[in-house]
Amino acid sequence: MSQAIEFLVPRESVLSRRAAIIADLADLLPPECLVHEPRGLAPFETDAFISYRRVPLAVALPRTTTQVAAVLKYCNRYDIPVVPRGAGTSLSGGAIPQEDAVVLCLSKMTRILEVDYANRAATLQAGVTNLSISEAVGIDGFFYAPDPSSQLACTIGGNIGMNSGGAHCLKYGVTTNNLLGVKLVLIDGTVIDLGGKHLDAAGYDLLGLVCGSEGQLGVVTEATVRLIAKPEGVRPVLFGFETCEEAGACVTDIIAAGIIPVAIEFMDKAAIEICEAFAKAGYPLDVGALLIVEVEGSEAEMDAMLASIVEIAGRHGVKTVRQCQSATEAALIWKGRKSAFGATGRIADYICMDGTVPLGKLSYVLNRTSEIVESFGLRVANVFHAGDGNMHPLILFNANDPIEAANAEAAGNEILKLCVEAGGCLTGEHGVGIEKRDLMRYQYSQADLAQQMEVRAAFDEKWLLNPSKVFPLDGRA
Amino acid sequence: MLIPTSETDAAYIVRDALSQGKRLAACGGGTRAGFGNGVEAAELFSSRGLSGIVDYDPAEMVMTARAGTPLAEIEAALAQNRQMLAFEPMDHRGIMGVRAVPAGEPTIGGVFAANVSGPRRFVAGAARDSLLGVRFVNGRGEVIKAGGRVMKNVTGLDLVKLLAGSFGTLGFLTEVTFKVLPVPQAVETLVISGLSDEAAAKAMATALSLPVEVSGAAHLPYTVRHCFIDGRLPEGEATVLRLEGLAPSVEVRAGKLAAVMEAFGPVSRLAGEDSRILWQEIRDVVPYADGTQKPLWRVSVAPSAGHQLVAALRLEAGIDAFYDWQGGLIWMRMEAEPEAELLRRYIRALGGGHATLVRASDPVRAQTAAFEPQPDAVALLSARVKQKLDPAGIFSPGRMVDR
Repeated sequence: MSQAIEFLVPRESVLSRRAAIIADLADLLPPECLVHEPRGLAPFETDAFISYRRVPLAVALPRTTTQVAAVLKYCNRYDIPVVPRGAGTSLSGGAIPQEDAVVLCLSKMTRILEVDYANRAATLQAGVTNLSISEAVGIDGFFYAPDPSSQLACTIGGNIGMNSGGAHCLKYGVTTNNLLGVKLVLIDGTVIDLGGKHLDAAGYDLLGLVCGSEGQLGVVTEATVRLIAKPEGVRPVLFGFETCEEAGACVTDIIAAGIIPVAIEFMDKAAIEICEAFAKAGYPLDVGALLIVEVEGSEAEMDAMLASIVEIAGRHGVKTVRQCQSATEAALIWKGRKSAFGATGRIADYICMDGTVPLGKLSYVLNRTSEIVESFGLRVANVFHAGDGNMHPLILFNANDPIEAANAEAAGNEILKLCVEAGGCLTGEHGVGIEKRDLMRYQYSQADLAQQMEVRAAFDEKWLLNPSKVFPLDGRA
Repeated sequence: MLIPTSETDAAYIVRDALSQGKRLAACGGGTRAGFGNGVEAAELFSSRGLSGIVDYDPAEMVMTARAGTPLAEIEAALAQNRQMLAFEPMDHRGIMGVRAVPAGEPTIGGVFAANVSGPRRFVAGAARDSLLGVRFVNGRGEVIKAGGRVMKNVTGLDLVKLLAGSFGTLGFLTEVTFKVLPVPQAVETLVISGLSDEAAAKAMATALSLPVEVSGAAHLPYTVRHCFIDGRLPEGEATVLRLEGLAPSVEVRAGKLAAVMEAFGPVSRLAGEDSRILWQEIRDVVPYADGTQKPLWRVSVAPSAGHQLVAALRLEAGIDAFYDWQGGLIWMRMEAEPEAELLRRYIRALGGGHATLVRASDPVRAQTAAFEPQPDAVALLSARVKQKLDPAGIFSPGRMVDR
């Protein structure tokens, strides 16, 4: 297990009062809403960034906003760190606790409070899972657009914390573009409402600031999100190219032609082989890169868009074009892509990077990524959202080999620096968490970071909310 | 007026003002200077000297420009590449009349500082949703970069959103980077005639529940209908629904939408240029570009509450109004008094939202809170945020929340 990333030193003043704190929390919460036995705490010691683990002091599982407020007020009063948590699917360690922290897990708040089609809005408790929103409104012809890969498990509260994206945000935007309002509990227990079913903020856009703040500004207990009418039809098409350069150039030309598909997914040769071996999706194995381009709308619209896209792909020497004739075929095309992480996990351990680069730099960054990973003696598979430049190189390694593990982490850091140098950013949708915290200086100057930290302090002066995350531990005010 | 010609100059001006205890009122071309509360004695500080497109690769659908770049220059460069700002920023000069002193041109920085969005906002997002990155000078005179130039970016706190719509009270924008979109190949507008406000709200909600991608939904009551496209809209109230995209697709969707809308009232169609002009006139609120100083409100509520709000107010005050954003955006001109308390009480009673006084005579402005007053806890938090960006309170004191 790698231990390169440091956490804040646990506060002795908290650890020494553990029993008293648990007793106090027991006064604030019903018995089934508090976990403090070692066996009960184990599931909360990490998230989907599993190389790091810390056992928290206790886990609060409130059922109401009032209970959330009571726990926060108490922790604020006694200077106890709080780590908010949804389903624990963060890929950047955003929900990993620390020994002196109370985990505030919203997973019991799972009610859909209101669905309002006239205003195309749904109001949900924070623990409602992403997919269940679309499931609840699908029968009436609506959906909720952001669709992170973990959508079966991840919660809307977590999505707001990380400003999650997904494969379809090329057209519909990420969480922040689909969020209308939140109920937010501040560290002192104050409950405020930001936004609602109306659009735009009355004053400063605090809603925009809270979205993606990784649990550092407050705890969201309810959210109002935008619903969209489901398109009439959806059709993915598979394109196989000889080289990644051709595929990359094709992506740029599709966008330049004024066509915005709902998704453009990219897989390189390594990823194609891994996914095909697992999913048997019928991906061509004689190509160097695959694009899955999905369009939606009426039959007429899809026909028109696909004709243009196929023509553009032809100009870039496309070898394979697979249009699907049925829903089964469409599902098969996506099955390979969607199982990419799971399929990769079968053959090796991996870490998944999340940098975003300008579209014009895709090919360059892909090539450099391979060179970097090979220079560390490792393999890489690339599968990512090409339409918006959000790359996901998977660095394959053996977690039982400490040298390989360290090399994988080092290669990952090099790749992220490369993304920043190419005019991009460290993280497009997974968040900074602990994983990219110490790389923040590559993207921001000290003044930039200091300004962010000061704004953070306007919400949480004592740095109690998720304190080991996002900002480098040294140089904090 | 202070007009820096470089970011370094701008930072110097702020530090200088800080050391001398001076206050600065940030602006671009000054065309939206009538917005917001009056600012306590402050020197105008304009970004118009920071002009020019810095970076634009149409294939990346991203542009970077200095904050003082005229909007017209940006839109011309985009149009050359068949691209556009998806959020359709309105031009306030019409409704503000000759207020713009000294008369300038709308700037791209001003658009983002005021988070100015038009008819497409309710489906395509506001100006803030297109804004990817900013550079600004904070109240300490430091140059700060936030966000970047890629479409997906969750690296750190999203100060970009905070700066958008902050009316120059948190920092002086020097450079903005934003997303652009291709201009739709075809546009067509369906006009449903003769609907009451309430029926129009139902029709628009129905239209938005269909998979036809409506990108504009406005209701133009009888009193304003004649102001649009030289009175060429059909007789009666006009509920207008815009469809955009590839030509064959627009044709198919228009047919589907018309079939459903016929249940509400007679449907006619508006194609090409007329359609484009109509939405530009809705965007720029032409019925109230009337050369008067009658109080003009911009009200944002849940779409289904819009007509209820107007109906309730009509019983107690002289108002004229029309609707955009599926009924959720109401442009409301008062015949006499601004009736701020009455209006805001009804907004709260109908589920919440906000009203901004966009235009009024100086005496009225002096007595009316231009922005929706916030609940105490939110106001306190906003004041703390302002304090972290502008500790000495030198940027436009009084304009927004810190009155």
